Amino acid sequence: MEPRIGVYICHCGSNIAGTVDVGEVTRFAQDLDGVVVARDYKFMCSDPGQELIKQDIKELGLNRVVVASCSPTMHEPTFRRVCQEAGINPYLFEMANIREQCSWVTKDKREATEKAKALVSAAVRRVYYHQPLETREVTINPNTLVVGGGIAGIQAALKIADSEHKVYLVEKSPSIGGHMAQLDKTFPTLDCSACILTPKMTLVGSHPYIELLTYSEVEEVSGYIGNFKVKIRQKARYVDEDRCTGCGLCQTKCPWKVDSEFDAGMGKRKAIYTPFPQAVPNIPVIDTEHCAYFLKGTCRACEKVCEAEAIDFEQQDKIVEVEVGSIIVTTGFEVFDPTPIYQYGYGRLDNVITSLEFERLVNSAGPTDGEIVLKDGSHPKSIAIIHCVGSRDEKYHEYCSRVCCMYSMKFAHLLKEHLPETEIYEFYIDIRSFGKGYEEFYNRILSEGTIFIRGRPAEVTDIAETPKEKGKLIVQFEDTLAGLQRRLPVDMVILSCALEAQADAEKTARLFNISRSADGFFLEKHPKLDPVATMTDGIFIAGCCQGPKDIPDTVAQASAAAAEVLAMISKGRVEIEAAIAIIDERICTGCQVCKLVCPYSAIDFDEEKKVCRVNEALCKGCGACVGGCPSDAINLKHYTNEQIVAEMEGMLV
Amino acid sequence: MKYYTYYPGCSAEATAVGLGISVEAIAKPLDMELIELEGWTCCGSTPYGSLDELESIVVAARNLALAEQTGLDLVTPCSSCFITLYQADIKLKDHPQLMAQINEALAVANLEYHGSVRVRHLTEVLVNDITPEVITTKVKRPLNGLKVAPYYGCQLVRPDYGFDDPEFPQSLDRLVECLGAKAVPFPLKNRCCGGSLIIPEEDLALGLIRKLLDNAVENGAQCIVTPCPLCQTNLDAYQSRVNSKFKTHYNVPVLFITQLIGLALGIDPKSLGLNTNIVSPSEVLDYIYNYINYITTH
Repeated sequence: MEPRIGVYICHCGSNIAGTVDVGEVTRFAQDLDGVVVARDYKFMCSDPGQELIKQDIKELGLNRVVVASCSPTMHEPTFRRVCQEAGINPYLFEMANIREQCSWVTKDKREATEKAKALVSAAVRRVYYHQPLETREVTINPNTLVVGGGIAGIQAALKIADSEHKVYLVEKSPSIGGHMAQLDKTFPTLDCSACILTPKMTLVGSHPYIELLTYSEVEEVSGYIGNFKVKIRQKARYVDEDRCTGCGLCQTKCPWKVDSEFDAGMGKRKAIYTPFPQAVPNIPVIDTEHCAYFLKGTCRACEKVCEAEAIDFEQQDKIVEVEVGSIIVTTGFEVFDPTPIYQYGYGRLDNVITSLEFERLVNSAGPTDGEIVLKDGSHPKSIAIIHCVGSRDEKYHEYCSRVCCMYSMKFAHLLKEHLPETEIYEFYIDIRSFGKGYEEFYNRILSEGTIFIRGRPAEVTDIAETPKEKGKLIVQFEDTLAGLQRRLPVDMVILSCALEAQADAEKTARLFNISRSADGFFLEKHPKLDPVATMTDGIFIAGCCQGPKDIPDTVAQASAAAAEVLAMISKGRVEIEAAIAIIDERICTGCQVCKLVCPYSAIDFDEEKKVCRVNEALCKGCGACVGGCPSDAINLKHYTNEQIVAEMEGMLV
Repeated sequence: MKYYTYYPGCSAEATAVGLGISVEAIAKPLDMELIELEGWTCCGSTPYGSLDELESIVVAARNLALAEQTGLDLVTPCSSCFITLYQADIKLKDHPQLMAQINEALAVANLEYHGSVRVRHLTEVLVNDITPEVITTKVKRPLNGLKVAPYYGCQLVRPDYGFDDPEFPQSLDRLVECLGAKAVPFPLKNRCCGGSLIIPEEDLALGLIRKLLDNAVENGAQCIVTPCPLCQTNLDAYQSRVNSKFKTHYNVPVLFITQLIGLALGIDPKSLGLNTNIVSPSEVLDYIYNYINYITTH
């Protein structure tokens, strides 16, 4: 069928028409090969604009459409739908971007008009060779995988499971709960973190629609949206989960003490342990790096006392394979290690502690039962809290960690509660109290008598210059409001450390095919309009793995991710891009270069026929394989050589 | 053999003769050919810039233009010269208009600067080009664990030249350790020595010098080493005034890092200019040369 092309030039108000002579471009388009009609209109995307195209398709028998307006990421779906509604295949449409790539970036009107003409000419030549393509649909597996059992993972899992859809919740440590379980009280309402979290943890543990896999890590992900296959390594606990009653006797009797990760190294745990008393599941694990039996071959004290006979030294890692339709990654954050900031003395000077260490110190279930003490057991009489340690610092993390101001002020409040006589100094750059009720909390802390000093301290030292400073930690700082250099002797220094991406974020990103932003956190599909989706369809992110955030924001994001998943499940199927690569099996030599270069793992090798084949559901149509194939055996639908060459010719003529 | 254009700076020929002598003494044994920049003049020095920035940059640029003709890296052992030349160079590279202006002035002397010189501090060259690993192979007289406080001063690593950490530098520590000496912990290693304030604000500067001496001695240092001529002068020449002002009894030799390297290379003290140090380094020498005697008598 001879192409009959309609060309539509959009003014976009004055966005395009202000710089491009749209009348001239329209007259130019009119004379191009195959063009039946060319028109310009104020807003092509408006209802009358769309109607104009539909009418022309029907009355003039158009079978190809070119719209010259904004970026295709903006309105390509709109105009494809217009074509479809008017009865022509949506792939017989091409968009020329004369706004973002022309009128907005070109000052000279003449130049802009010439460029617009070239872009329109390219689009017309290209659309000439377009082929009708069919989109396909795949069904969605209603099961979901949630990776990471902090508050984000717990929230997302519960939301989905409550709608009676199966959730696999994978957590790498022995218990769910994440960082939130370590916190004492939460700002600004001061409700106890454990009190609001543990009921949710218990719900997860007993939920009929949640299969909890703790002490487990995802090893392999294959498949595509709606149909992922996931391999999970369940590490050996050396405790039989079915037999263990969670009585805790083994932990009492185990003679080997180790620094507790849960208590941020401030307390001890045993070599067989649950991280904390409210752990879910309440089943201990044996830490083989510290267990005497695994190190030296003797002991087995836990085995002797276990009446349920649950200790099993022969247990092996298990590989569990599950099939899910969507994945939510909620792998959280790490607390910045301030040791490299030499001048703050962490790890070098006693009584310089991190924020997480203080959370455990002040917690009534912590190593000191909530008593705030110095290394020598006495109570501090003065405490400095230094904000932005590792945040807002070009040498470490340029970003603001968003929670430090608030938790630092929470510390001040808790200190006033525990030790009313103690002097508290907050060293800040700016106070960022932006959330609901946060500014009010700041005012409350101010009124409680905490002293706020604006200035980032230069150093914390134990080198005294006056008798008053002897035996103290001295904070050297510039009080930027008073314009003075000062020294302040205190008993304890708390470093409000940054939140940073997990050390293994790169590995996780590769596993799930997620991008990362420059700060190391996972990258969302759109920072404003698609905040929990990723560039890989069917994989979502929520919580601090996407960037530092507080608990309310984390829970909101986790709920959003759950809603995305539930929307997919309730629709039951998903449409898949038609512009994909196809391999001509007659030409393919089976070299598998395409398989190597494919960023979406969309190419399989057929062992029998010794040729490669594209998985249509996975292919994003990026074209990497087309460029990589040494035999020229791959063609990308909608980006054929013919179409690309025609487009270039159109541009150059 | 590695070749460099050498810019000694005025201190190395006047207040810090020991620096100039020792740099020349260790160059050959470490396979460095330091070719003195012909016709070098004042670097533009730190105080000049605060009076007339443009003029001070012209003075620095004259030396940069001369050095550019040699095609070699410009190396100076003086921290103050380094910071002045380095910052003038960066400013010129960042601001083409300034470069044009400066070149107009240089044209009078038939010179032109294009911005291709790499300005380097000798310490950085010793660490990155010569490397502690190689220096250690050339040590003829290991320093027997001599306890040394490595003193960087403020200008070697600050603000931030990307070669060492401005808050917790390590380069000098590495040089000290590769000679068989021990770098003691020295938290004030990059703190101010008082600089030129020793002239107009002597009391203030003496207080700062005292802190440094105190911190070094407290950490068990037998001597302090520094690459900076101004730091060395303040700590060495003003030590007795610190003692009389604060009723203290400091007697810490303050050596140039190049002097310490020279001793380890087996060069005799006089050829390293150690006779020009004010606080006598005789105890240090005694420790190195008569180690067995020293440890039995101390």
